[in-house]
Amino acid sequence: MIVLREVSYTYPEAADPALHGIELNLQPGSITGVVGASGAGKTTLAKVIAGFLPRVDGGELTGTVCVAGRNLAELSLVEAVGQVGLVIQNPFNQISGAKYTVREEIAFGMENLGTPRAEMAARVKQVAALLRISDLLDRSPYALSGGQMQLVAIASMLVLRTPVLVMDEPTSQLDPFGTRLVFAVLDQLQQAGTTVVIFEHKLELLQAHADRLLVLAGHTIVADGSPTEVLADERVDGWAIGSTRYTRAARLARGRGLLPVHGALPVSFEQAAATFGGAR
Amino acid sequence: MTAVRFENVRFRHPGGVEALRGVSLTVAAGERVAIIGQNGAGKTTLVRHLNGILQPSSGRVLVGERPTAGRSISELAASVGYLFQNPDEQLFASSVRIDVEFGPRNLGCTPAEATARADEALAAVGLSAQAQSHPLHLSLSERKRVALAGVLAMRTAVVVLDEPTTGQDARGADLVAAVVETLAASGRTVIAITHDMDFAAEHFDRLIVMAAGEVTADGRPADVFGEAQVLERAAVEPPQLFRLAQRLGWPQRPTGVQQFVDAFAARAPR
Repeated sequence: MIVLREVSYTYPEAADPALHGIELNLQPGSITGVVGASGAGKTTLAKVIAGFLPRVDGGELTGTVCVAGRNLAELSLVEAVGQVGLVIQNPFNQISGAKYTVREEIAFGMENLGTPRAEMAARVKQVAALLRISDLLDRSPYALSGGQMQLVAIASMLVLRTPVLVMDEPTSQLDPFGTRLVFAVLDQLQQAGTTVVIFEHKLELLQAHADRLLVLAGHTIVADGSPTEVLADERVDGWAIGSTRYTRAARLARGRGLLPVHGALPVSFEQAAATFGGAR
Repeated sequence: MTAVRFENVRFRHPGGVEALRGVSLTVAAGERVAIIGQNGAGKTTLVRHLNGILQPSSGRVLVGERPTAGRSISELAASVGYLFQNPDEQLFASSVRIDVEFGPRNLGCTPAEATARADEALAAVGLSAQAQSHPLHLSLSERKRVALAGVLAMRTAVVVLDEPTTGQDARGADLVAAVVETLAASGRTVIAITHDMDFAAEHFDRLIVMAAGEVTADGRPADVFGEAQVLERAAVEPPQLFRLAQRLGWPQRPTGVQQFVDAFAARAPR
């Protein structure tokens, strides 16, 4: 669905590339998590996959980015937006500033893509129900809490029903309930065939929901595999992505001689339940 | 000594919903308090009363044992440092250093003192090397830490942090946690709003749960996280290792890695 070949990208006036040597092939109907320390290139990769770079901010891209078999660089902006939805990192900046109500805000993208009016209204209603924000539809986008604004930003992309959805830290402002809700919605989208790429620091959630986990470090992909494989990799400390509380507890227990020192460390709730429930 | 006090505080947005419906609570000097609860529960509205951005519709708010009514925002800024949820509401200068020095200079510090404070604050948030950068050239998570440095440089008795760990990577989250510990060690009062239950459990000694504009629980993390119904109503869940201990049927209520392993050690046959 998304294929990146030898992609490198350098921001305008920057000396060094923000991304280099990116090879990526994402299957339709998959959820791919991307982790990496700040500055590793996550937001840049999100914008490259969504066709925002170099189109919007300039800079130089080498290599090719193809979505559904078509080179993103050759699509018009409207065509690109119709293929890939991007939920940007700071929801306060995703709000268009052009609309008076949340209902209009969510419909803004569809308006630009020429969706018929009746269809727009139906879709807004459906997506608002999905994200439990129906009661906010008549509010001003500026009278929302950070978490509510983030759900509106997500809704305004979901409503476009793009085959690919790229989300840059979409749960940063959400309460635990909202976070679980967003991941449940992603599971549904995946089952309906949407390709989801999610950039996120919450390792426990990626472990539970992603099919595949990529690690960015030093501006390139350094690990690629199932979340369980990647999080248990012995190189994990060098990537500065942290580790789950389960892993940290098992490490400390090993250090204190309470657990055997061989074998993989637990990375999930279930694995930790087996480690700490069964061992002694 | 009382750091801040809310006395039956109600707040209604102009022409809108009642966001606070009678909140009473007292935070003693030196306490570390985390406020948790659903989006829209009134957490940010509550703490915005501490720096005078909001005044209660009824009831009273006291900072340093004096009501905020009639005190200017700039006067309160000398007592209460406030980290906004969105750093882009806070940052304005053309360099990180100018931004961080702005607060202390405004408090009347000499340029040398402001510089010294900025250096210390930037080191605490891991951004010494970025002092000359334009804030807009930094990532969102770095901008949040620049804003945090600006708050630290004020050296206020009370520090209010709205979602300080949002968007931070592993290192950033560790730095923010270390800042909370350092503030507490120097006797300052820290009040944080957070959705990160692990952070709340590991670095705060008191949790306040809010739901629909009211305080629904207030106590030590291990006790509050045991109140299943209150948590459910507030749409929060206990930290991961607390839930793991529950699942394993342990009697202990560990809220962090250290306590979890201590509990495991206590169970392990020798």
